[in-house]
Amino acid sequence: MAKFILARLMKAALILVCIAILNFLLIQAAPGDPAQVMAGEAGETDAVFLQQLRERFGLDQPLYVQLGRYLGTILQFDLGYSYRQQVPVADLIFERLPATLLLSLSAFVISLGLGTLAGVLASARQGRWQDSVISTIALIFYATPLFWLALMAVLLFSVQLGWLPAFGYETVGADHTGLRRMEDIAAHLVLPAMTLGLFFMAVYARMTRASMLEVSRLDFVKTAQAKGLRPALIQRRHVLRNALLPVVTLAGLQAGQLVGGAVLIETVFAWPGIGRLMFDALTQRDYNLLLGVFLVSAAMVLLFNLITDILYRLVDPRIRVTA
Amino acid sequence: MKHETIAKPVVEIERLSVALPDGADRPYAVDRVSFRIAPGQLLCVVGESGSGKSMSANALMGLLPEGVRVSNGRILLDGTDLLTQSEDALHDIRGRRVAMIFQEPMTALNPLMKVSAQIEEVFEAHGLLTPAERRAKALSLLEEVGLPDPPRAAASFPFQLSGGQRQRVMIAMALALEPQVLIADEPTTALDVTTQAQILRLIARLQRDRNMAVMFITHDFGVVAEIADYVAVMQLGRVVEEGTVEQVLFNPQHDYTRKLIAAIPKMQAGMRAPVTSAPILTVEGLTKTYRQGGGLFSRPREVHAVQDVSFSLAKGETLGIVGESGSGKSSVGRCLVRLQDPDGGRVLLDGQDMATLRGEELRRVRRRMQMIFQDPYGSLNPRERVGRIIASGPIAYGEDPAKAMAEAADLLEMVGLKRDAAHRFPHEFSGGQRQRIGIARALALKPGIIIADEAVSALDVSIQAQVLDLLQSLKRDLGLSLIFITHDLRVAAQICDRVMVMQKGRVVELGSGAEIFDAPRHPYTRSLIDAIPGRAHEARMI
Repeated sequence: MAKFILARLMKAALILVCIAILNFLLIQAAPGDPAQVMAGEAGETDAVFLQQLRERFGLDQPLYVQLGRYLGTILQFDLGYSYRQQVPVADLIFERLPATLLLSLSAFVISLGLGTLAGVLASARQGRWQDSVISTIALIFYATPLFWLALMAVLLFSVQLGWLPAFGYETVGADHTGLRRMEDIAAHLVLPAMTLGLFFMAVYARMTRASMLEVSRLDFVKTAQAKGLRPALIQRRHVLRNALLPVVTLAGLQAGQLVGGAVLIETVFAWPGIGRLMFDALTQRDYNLLLGVFLVSAAMVLLFNLITDILYRLVDPRIRVTA
Repeated sequence: MKHETIAKPVVEIERLSVALPDGADRPYAVDRVSFRIAPGQLLCVVGESGSGKSMSANALMGLLPEGVRVSNGRILLDGTDLLTQSEDALHDIRGRRVAMIFQEPMTALNPLMKVSAQIEEVFEAHGLLTPAERRAKALSLLEEVGLPDPPRAAASFPFQLSGGQRQRVMIAMALALEPQVLIADEPTTALDVTTQAQILRLIARLQRDRNMAVMFITHDFGVVAEIADYVAVMQLGRVVEEGTVEQVLFNPQHDYTRKLIAAIPKMQAGMRAPVTSAPILTVEGLTKTYRQGGGLFSRPREVHAVQDVSFSLAKGETLGIVGESGSGKSSVGRCLVRLQDPDGGRVLLDGQDMATLRGEELRRVRRRMQMIFQDPYGSLNPRERVGRIIASGPIAYGEDPAKAMAEAADLLEMVGLKRDAAHRFPHEFSGGQRQRIGIARALALKPGIIIADEAVSALDVSIQAQVLDLLQSLKRDLGLSLIFITHDLRVAAQICDRVMVMQKGRVVELGSGAEIFDAPRHPYTRSLIDAIPGRAHEARMI
């Protein structure tokens, strides 16, 4: 196992460098000149000033030199400096990362937990009204655009009912501490996390249901019946464990989006996370910040892919030999 | 032959009827069937697919598929009618008093659970023993069923064991609570012939030692001759004949029984004149190695599937390639038609090396060698009409579509189907009919050589006999050469001029049918022939 993880880590590092190069070239290929944007905002369009800006940030160097310098800095775990915000990129990202992780991990746990539970229930009641209700709701969540759902949730729970705060991370100016602050954040978390989790919840529910039904037709389930095992135990030990294999694969895919997948929701709910940061960096041509966010997102995808693979090997013994 | 037991029966099935859901091809899967099994007695229920033999067993176990129900009759276990028992009472009976083993040991075990846990679970289900005792018992059971290294087997996952070992695990599991009745549903059908012989001996020994009543379901009369005390022959849900082995096998009364026994290929190679025409195909030093896994940082695993295989095939000759699973016989076939690229060696078709041809040249030569596959269900595209399936080969080679479709209808007639079969879909046909379609498809390109890979293995014995007859007559009429890949030595003996025996990727023996079957020289060939069930009794079967 250690050997497997080491090999995968080396592969991941290699892929990450490739991604960094690609990101860099991609941004270079995009139209627009950061020096001009900065100069414009400073109210100066003078050619000398532009030249000064370019020289200061190394933008006058040939592409390969810029690339080399960029790779050199990230290899030292330095993500560079945001000239727009006058702060190191790493500081900006790590300041925002907890909020994003809180949001997407909550959504992840909600969708995985409730989704599989709904799937198990639906399969156990196959063809009855409970199955129809679960399947229909799942289909609706699956088909509805995320931002619309988010807006509707705000309208209903915040504007109409006034149960939950409409946006933000915590109540501005309340200056809660300790438990009160956690409660405050939790209240703010409910709507964005639920909205973000609904789509995947629907996917998990549908997949778990289908997988459970498929597995329960397999021969070893009949063997379990022939042993005299009670149905509940057969469902739990034999059917569910086998049925969860495809769910693990999907959970890995979802986990990969934990950092980069919440842009829309963070924007709608004004959640101060990485997604918002990325959105702002994009509109402001803040190249270093953009590159930093991209790289951290990519690293997260790779990390969660690795975790999924390890999990998969733990869950399914067959993988250990054939992989 | 074993003596007939006269002890009081432990299982009595009386006029049992099992109803199929509306819209099935017949109203009853099992129709007023009665039989009884005494302790220490082994009842073989024989029949072709769809005869209702497995349904009877499932009814006895109380595990009928959804929509199927017992409509009439009684199933008595020690005098208690199981059909009147509550589901709770049935849970107690299953595994404890009646146990079951299945055909496919790979799929019958949970792939994610260790072997030991799966056996321990039987005790757990019935609330018996402490966890430590269960573990110890599982180990001793694995030892009793003859697994070579019980502690290792116990700690293994099913996929780490061979087919025969997995079936032993299934048997250990079934025996855990010393049931009075063991139901074995085709337990050796998926196994190689030598493994089958071992498992049959094991079941017979355990049955004797534990005085169990065994209901053994099989389609193979050789197996029946080997182990049965008593035989029931089923056809379309009814028992058409029953009696001792002596009565049913050696003196059958019912036409259907006679027909089934007559359809078993006989292990006599017969004297055939050697085929002396010039070779149409010469294979020299064929080699194929499979590499699995491997990546940037790891070395792939290698399996030497075909190693230095050489043979020739004369025009009009039938060459059999026999061997157990994993012997490389199918890999040879696939390399010949270039479904796989061989790693080394030459495949000379009329002097042209098939092994190295590419692109257009390969395409031109390829049509002269066609393949018939094992699975008549999986090898036909379910979404295309039969006529189109057959004609698509010639059309791909530039034949006028209308003409190709007309020829497809001719071919269907030639393989014994109606012309209008061309307008129907594969699922509308039975297994035997589909295999005929597969043959028609192979013939559509007018090949000189047909490679049949286990082409009759999935078929019932009577259908198998018909398809073999068809292949023989087509070969004669069209002057074909045939490479017949099979694990079934009886089939090979019946139709092959020469036979090549393969083991672990190598050819161990190659000779005329008479040489191989009447005077085998290699010990492996001899062990294969000795393992064929019912051989000793063959002469007495009609």
